[in-house]
Amino acid sequence: MVDAAMPRAQHSQSWQGLTGSGRVIAGVLLVGALVVTAFAAPWIAPYDPLDQDLVAQLQAPNWHTHLLGTDSLGRDLLSRLIYGARIALQVAVLAALPTALLGTVLGLLAGFFGGVLDMVISRLIDVWTSFPPVLLSILLVALIGTGLSSVVIAIIVVDWTRFARIIRAETIKQRHMDYVDAAVVAGMRPLAILRREIVPNVLPLLLVLLTLEMGIAVIVEAILSFVGLSISTDAPTWGGMIAEGRQVVHQAPWIMAFPMLALLATVLGLNLLGDGLKAELDPVLQ
Amino acid sequence: MSCVLSIDRLCAELANQPEATPLLREVSLQVAAGEVHGLVGMSGAGKSMIAKAVLGVLPRAVRITSGSIRFDGTEIVGIERAQMRQLLARGIAFIPQDPLTALNPTRRIEHQMTDVMRDRLGLSAAAARGRALALLDEVQIREPESVLRRYPHEISGGQRQRVLIAIAFACDPKLIVADEPTTALDVTVQKQILRLIHDLRQRHGTAILFVTHDLGVVAKICDSLSIMHAGLIVEHGTANDVMTSPKNAFTRALFAATPRHDRPDHPLLPVPESVQRSVAEGWRR
Repeated sequence: MVDAAMPRAQHSQSWQGLTGSGRVIAGVLLVGALVVTAFAAPWIAPYDPLDQDLVAQLQAPNWHTHLLGTDSLGRDLLSRLIYGARIALQVAVLAALPTALLGTVLGLLAGFFGGVLDMVISRLIDVWTSFPPVLLSILLVALIGTGLSSVVIAIIVVDWTRFARIIRAETIKQRHMDYVDAAVVAGMRPLAILRREIVPNVLPLLLVLLTLEMGIAVIVEAILSFVGLSISTDAPTWGGMIAEGRQVVHQAPWIMAFPMLALLATVLGLNLLGDGLKAELDPVLQ
Repeated sequence: MSCVLSIDRLCAELANQPEATPLLREVSLQVAAGEVHGLVGMSGAGKSMIAKAVLGVLPRAVRITSGSIRFDGTEIVGIERAQMRQLLARGIAFIPQDPLTALNPTRRIEHQMTDVMRDRLGLSAAAARGRALALLDEVQIREPESVLRRYPHEISGGQRQRVLIAIAFACDPKLIVADEPTTALDVTVQKQILRLIHDLRQRHGTAILFVTHDLGVVAKICDSLSIMHAGLIVEHGTANDVMTSPKNAFTRALFAATPRHDRPDHPLLPVPESVQRSVAEGWRR
């Protein structure tokens, strides 16, 4: 009967998940490569990323000395790229996690309790998002000074609305589901309902947003380094490298190209991961 | 007569518009202990609003303006949240309309069943699991062990509704509010579920407020009936009386609009507009 048909239906459903898991695998490979590079930087980088060699300026990529060439101060590009992965990863994790936490808590509260609380938080989001995000972060960093922590703070301050808005909408959707009514009738307390019934259902979406936010954080850091407002200009950030390469792009286009590729791979990896996770984790889609 | 549930001249309105729309107009009904009371009407008549009011889960936009709902002698209208929780825990359960959305998709059946029992009855994890297995057996689910381990999307619609019924009976409530529990199921499963609810309530002696638009269902399971239209109870009485000799014009029209497999040549007549209007206007006068 109905019950006997279940295992087969299950099997065919797992085929549809394959595209999702394919994206997850591709994402994990790209992000994994970034993480390994970041942690193993001191061992795999052939040179010190800050070592200048004024005799060997703007060398083209070659097999003998500098695999990816050198920049205008004779610093090894490959080493700078590898150390740049450390900064990118740091920013991705340090900025995205607190951003997600702040935005999610506010979104959950607004969506679940509604009323005045919702109104206050929603209007705050409206006002907040009316500032152009890049300008706002540049302004912030200019005010509180450069450095990794400033970049992180700028990202948190600008991007919490992204989480708050989406999580609020999802919470409202979940709150109207019958199982929330059932939990109310079962005599569950509001906070228990939030924890047991709503948060688990918001979690897949949150994970997706989190990975996307990591990609955004990496890009924002690159933008800020590009305009010279990130970590000290000496430090090997991908954005800083792109900015330096821009000045000599006609003589040495590879200086700009490699950090851009690294940025592209990282953001692509994080987005693939987020997308794949969404397909894999959503219990309703399965 | 001892009433488990007694609703007295309950009025409710939709309050989020400039002009408040009345949803319930002086609705009164009584459900005696152990009785199945059918609440019948067309869609939009206000049946589900009554169910939600009894359970304390009315949407925020709906406001109760007057009247009372008493469960086991305790007033529900205007009750404190904490007291309502206690009241619900003491004896009201709920079988929802749509088994697809009534189980949390991210949690295993086991936890969804045992949570309630551990909260309300103070059972240990092992004891709650044992009781969950016994309940699943009672609602005729095969291989209850494996069902407990599954997520809601891994079992069929009929099985989900059985699980929800098992949860409803888990704490031996005095009253179960069943909001169209068979509407989302196909006809063969409907019949099994109805028989199941019928058997369980006889064994447990539970009163049921059975909300439905399906007169066929009503004939099978209910002891007494209230017929609703446009927020009004137009007729009530024992199921037998109302079914065999309906007094109200709307009730007669509703019966005429119901397909009957025992009389296939019986024409299906829509409920005439004039009858619908006269019901609504009769109240205003």
